[in-house]
Amino acid sequence: MTQRQERLLYVLQRLSALVLAPLVILHIGVMIVAVQGGLNTAEMLARTQSSTFWPVIYATFFVVAGVHGCIGLRNILTETTELPARSVNRISGGLLILILVFGFETVRAIA
Amino acid sequence: MTDISDQYQLTVNIWRGNSDGAYQTFEVPVRDSQTVLDVVTWIQRHLDPDLTYRYACRVGMCGTCAMTVQGKPKWTCRTRIGTVVENNELTLGPLRNLPVIKDLATDMVPFFDKWAEAGAQFVPGDQVPEQMAAVAPDSRARRAADVAIECIGCGVCYAACDTVAWREDYLGPAALNRVWTLVNDERDGDRDGHLRKVAGESGCLSCHSHQSCAELCPKHLNPTASIAGLKRKSFLLALVGRS
Amino acid sequence: MTAHRKNTARNHPAWWAFALHRLSGLTLVLFLPVHLFVLSRALEDGNQLDHFLTWADTPVVKLAETALVVLFAAHMTGGIRLLAVEFLPWQDRQKTFIAVGVGVALATGLVFLLSAFSGGA
Repeated sequence: MTQRQERLLYVLQRLSALVLAPLVILHIGVMIVAVQGGLNTAEMLARTQSSTFWPVIYATFFVVAGVHGCIGLRNILTETTELPARSVNRISGGLLILILVFGFETVRAIA
Repeated sequence: MTDISDQYQLTVNIWRGNSDGAYQTFEVPVRDSQTVLDVVTWIQRHLDPDLTYRYACRVGMCGTCAMTVQGKPKWTCRTRIGTVVENNELTLGPLRNLPVIKDLATDMVPFFDKWAEAGAQFVPGDQVPEQMAAVAPDSRARRAADVAIECIGCGVCYAACDTVAWREDYLGPAALNRVWTLVNDERDGDRDGHLRKVAGESGCLSCHSHQSCAELCPKHLNPTASIAGLKRKSFLLALVGRS
Repeated sequence: MTAHRKNTARNHPAWWAFALHRLSGLTLVLFLPVHLFVLSRALEDGNQLDHFLTWADTPVVKLAETALVVLFAAHMTGGIRLLAVEFLPWQDRQKTFIAVGVGVALATGLVFLLSAFSGGA
């Protein structure tokens, strides 16, 4: 990985953090309301299908969270394992793909 | 006549050998007001002349006597026995993150190699200036440099840093701190070059702001803050191509 | 034996804050794909998600969810502190920020816990 690419990952990590902070606050707030009286699918879909706001928010959320988390995972793997850089990148990238695929399925399910 | 009524016997465990060695235990008469360096010297003079350790000024100016004291890197000449003894025991080892030559002496070459690799030395301009540079001491850049300038390269921060332990190529807090002073030095001939050398994962981007360096620096410097400054400039470099 | 027994250089708040940030981040990034997979079952078969939600409606699961919320909030507050360290002028009172961050995270968890065990909105 070139120094330029390393800087790009760093920038993505911090920018994604900035985007995530308000989304996390929103999500925890929604969950605190939603969890009262128990969770059920109908209640959730009524909320998420009520406006395009929610699918857009959650689509943004999973993409940005996936990028942020997997860059973080890459650091953790680099620093706590003896795995070569190529393996570290593949594992992190693989998890990102998994998150993107399941995230897409979720947004499709709730839109 | 010296009053030695406050003297007591202390169990001192000292690392012997290189990285493949063991702790050796000594019983030493000490006073709380003595320094750890006093104790090590006493052991070498009275119990085992074979004990290897380093010191020079013994008054807290040169940084040579840095060792691991009860698990923390410190200057032994500035560490009083009374402040570190626990359960009547004292454990001493060589600095972490560096190859052990013997006992309490480490090979400092990797530390200084990284200093050079980081480009942490002043780069003169193309021509000899006609006059002395008039550097305003209260300019923001000069204040930033001055706060970080007193590093004497003792290696305590390097030994304390976990990122150094976890990443073989990480340049370390001391080298990066020095680069920060140069990036802020208007007399330096290649401030942009200084930043580019460290604006990567082997440099400032890998610092996780543990602040162990700042906690333990004997000169109360703050490499975490300096590295944060380098991160800011790296961010700009990534976005607009220059800092 | 290595030349170093316990590493006491880590005995300070900023290091604990790092440890919390890293552990919470790791937990969250491994939890996320599982979370998204479960939620996506809402489309395939609405009953499947409901089935899971009913199974999950136990005190133990609610406590686990609360723990996740605490980790989530702590990761965020710690992250905001780091963004401030890296983008704003240095502040010496990092320990204060760390303490406030942990406090906010625990309070958030408590609010969630109370909500999870409450009968209805």
